[in-house]
Amino acid sequence: MSNTAVKMGASSNVPDALGRFGEFGRRFVPETLMHALEELTIEYASAKADPAFNQRLNELMQTFVGRPNPLYFAERLTDLCGGAQIYFKREDLNHTGAHKINNTMGQALLTLRMGKKRVIAETGAGQHGVATATACARFGLPCVVYMGEEDIRRQKLNVFIMRTMGAEVRPVTSGSRTLRDAINEAMRDWMSSVEDTHYILGSVVGPHPFPMIVRDFQSVIGRESRQQCLDKVGRLPDEVIACVGGGSNSAGMFYPFVDDAGVQLTGVEAGGRGDKPGEHASTLTYGTKGVLHGSYSYVLQDPDGQTMDVHSISAGLDYPGVGPEHSYWRDTGRVNYVSVRDHQALETVSLVARTEGILPALESSHAIAYAMDCARKRKPDDIIVVCLSGRGDKDVNEVARLTGQDL
Amino acid sequence: MPFLTAGDPDLAMTARLVEELSKAGADLIEIGFPYSDPIADGPVIQASYTRALGNKLQIPAIFSTLKPVAQKIKTPLVAMVSYAIIFRIGTLEFVRQAADAGFAGLIVPDLPGDEADEFQQLVTRNNMDLIQLIAPTTPPARSSRILKNASGFVYCIAVSGTTGARAELAPQLADMLKTLRTQTKLPLAVGFGLSRPDQVEQLRGLADGAIVGSAIVKHLDELSGDSGNADVVIAKLVQYAGSIAAAAHSSR
Repeated sequence: MSNTAVKMGASSNVPDALGRFGEFGRRFVPETLMHALEELTIEYASAKADPAFNQRLNELMQTFVGRPNPLYFAERLTDLCGGAQIYFKREDLNHTGAHKINNTMGQALLTLRMGKKRVIAETGAGQHGVATATACARFGLPCVVYMGEEDIRRQKLNVFIMRTMGAEVRPVTSGSRTLRDAINEAMRDWMSSVEDTHYILGSVVGPHPFPMIVRDFQSVIGRESRQQCLDKVGRLPDEVIACVGGGSNSAGMFYPFVDDAGVQLTGVEAGGRGDKPGEHASTLTYGTKGVLHGSYSYVLQDPDGQTMDVHSISAGLDYPGVGPEHSYWRDTGRVNYVSVRDHQALETVSLVARTEGILPALESSHAIAYAMDCARKRKPDDIIVVCLSGRGDKDVNEVARLTGQDL
Repeated sequence: MPFLTAGDPDLAMTARLVEELSKAGADLIEIGFPYSDPIADGPVIQASYTRALGNKLQIPAIFSTLKPVAQKIKTPLVAMVSYAIIFRIGTLEFVRQAADAGFAGLIVPDLPGDEADEFQQLVTRNNMDLIQLIAPTTPPARSSRILKNASGFVYCIAVSGTTGARAELAPQLADMLKTLRTQTKLPLAVGFGLSRPDQVEQLRGLADGAIVGSAIVKHLDELSGDSGNADVVIAKLVQYAGSIAAAAHSSR
C-alpha cells in the first residue's frame, strides 16, 4: 500500500467522499454521532460553495481577526544562524494570539448556518478554547470548553480569558488530564447534545469531515504565506516548517504548498524529554497505525491498542495522535517529520525574544528551533518560512517555573 | 442481559461471575474489553476500564481466562470492544482469537455500519455475529441500510448519549423500536441508560431483551469494596442481576 502511495505522491485532492486521505481518516465513532457528521458534511459543502458565506468569513478575518498578518523577515535570527533566510508567518499577531481563531470563526459561522444553539470545544494549551470562547462571544452562542486539569494548571491565563469571554471551562479529571482526555469528554458531551450542539473541534483530527474542515479554514495561513513570499522575494520558499501536535497550523500551512514539488515541507513534533515511550509526543516518528478519536491515523499506542501516555513541555503538542492527512503526507513522503526536545524549545523562547523582540509560544518554538538548525545547513540564498503559530504570553508562568525564575 | 467489564476487579472474578450469571439464567452476557479512550462510555464504565487497565490487564488474558468458562456454559458471550483494539491486534487475528475463546458475537461501538462491511464478512466467516447498533439519532432510511446485512440481534441505544444510568429513556425510543420491527426480523435488545426494573418493564412488547451495564458494574464495585469475600460478592451480584432479569422475563 505505502509503496504504491510513494510512487503516486501526495495529492491535494483529498479526502474522498468517505473522508479518506489515502488509507487514513474515515469515521470510527458511535452510531449516535453518525447522522450529525453526515449533516455537517453536507452543510459544509454548501457553505463552501456559497459566496455569501465566504464573503462574511473573509470580512471577519480582516476586521475581527486582523488578517492578513505579515510574513516577517527575521533578520537578526538569520544573521545569528549564518545560513538561509528565515521568515516568520506571524499567526501570533491574530486576535487571541494564535492561528486557532481562523478555524473557530469559520466553524462558528457554520454553527449559525446549521441553526445549532450551543457550542462545545476541547482545548490543550487553551488557545483553541480562547479562540472558541471569543467566536462564541462575538456571535452570542453559549460555549462549554473541556480542558484537562493538568492543562488548567499550566495555562491559567487562558482559563481566565475563556471565563471572561463568558465560556464555561469544565475541568477533565480522567486519564492523563490533558488534551486527549478533553477530546474524549467533549465527544461524550456531543453524544448527548448532538441535536442542538455543534462541536468546534480545534485540530485536524477526529472523524470526517473535521480534518478537512479544520484544514480548509486554516489554509489561509499557507495561501497568504505563499502569495506574500512570491510578492516579497519573487519566488516560492525552499522549505516551509511548522510544529505538529494534532497538526492544525501545519496542515493549514502545508496544504497550499502540497502541489509545489520544489518546496520542502517539514513538520516538527514534540520530542519531549527523550525517545522512550511516555517521554515524548512524536506520533509520526514513533507511532503505529491505529484508531483514536474517531479516525484512522498514526497513534502512540501499546500492542493491545491502548493509547500511551505522552509528554511535552507544551500543552498544545501533548497529544498521542495526529491528523490523518499528516499520516498520508508522511507515508507518501510529501512531508518530512522530525522532532525537537523540550529543552531546545524552551531555550528558543528566550533566544527569539532577545534576538527578534518576539515572544513565541512553546509550541511554535519547536518549529523555530528546527528552522534555525535547518538554516545553518542551508545556503544564504535559500528561503525558509516558519509558522509562528502563537504568541508566548500564555506560557510565561510555565517558562518561569521551568527556568527557576519568579514571575 | 448483564454486562461485565473484563478484569474488574480481576479476571478470575470475571470468569466466576460469567459462570454464575449463566447458571442464574442470563440470556446473554456482554463482556466489556477495557479501552483507554472509550468515547461511548459514561463515567462508571470508564472508571471500571481504568481500574482494569491499572491492574495491567492485557487482551490475550481475557481470551485465555474466559475460554474454559465459555465451553462450560450455554449462555452466549458477546464482546463489547473498541475498533482501536481490534485494529491494533489485527482484524483477522482478533476475530480468530475471539471465536476460539468461544465468543458468539462482537459489538464494536466505534465501527459504524458504513465502515463495517469487510470486517463483518470476516466475523461471519468465523461463525460469529457482528452486532449492529441503532441510535435514537439514526434516521429510518439509515437504519434500514444498516440492518440489511445484520445478524445476531440489533443493539438499540435507549438514550442519546453515553452508557450509564438515566432517569428517563429517549422519548422517541418506543417509535424507534416499532420502526425497527418493520425493518428486521432479528431480536431487538435495548441498552445504554437502563438501570431499574421498571425501565425494563416499560419495554414490554417492544423489545426482546434489555442490556444492563453501568448499574451492574457500579454495584459490583461497591460490593467488592464492602467485602473481601468473593463468594459473598458473587452471590449478591447474581441476586441483583436476577431482580432486573425478572422484570425482563415478565415483560415478554
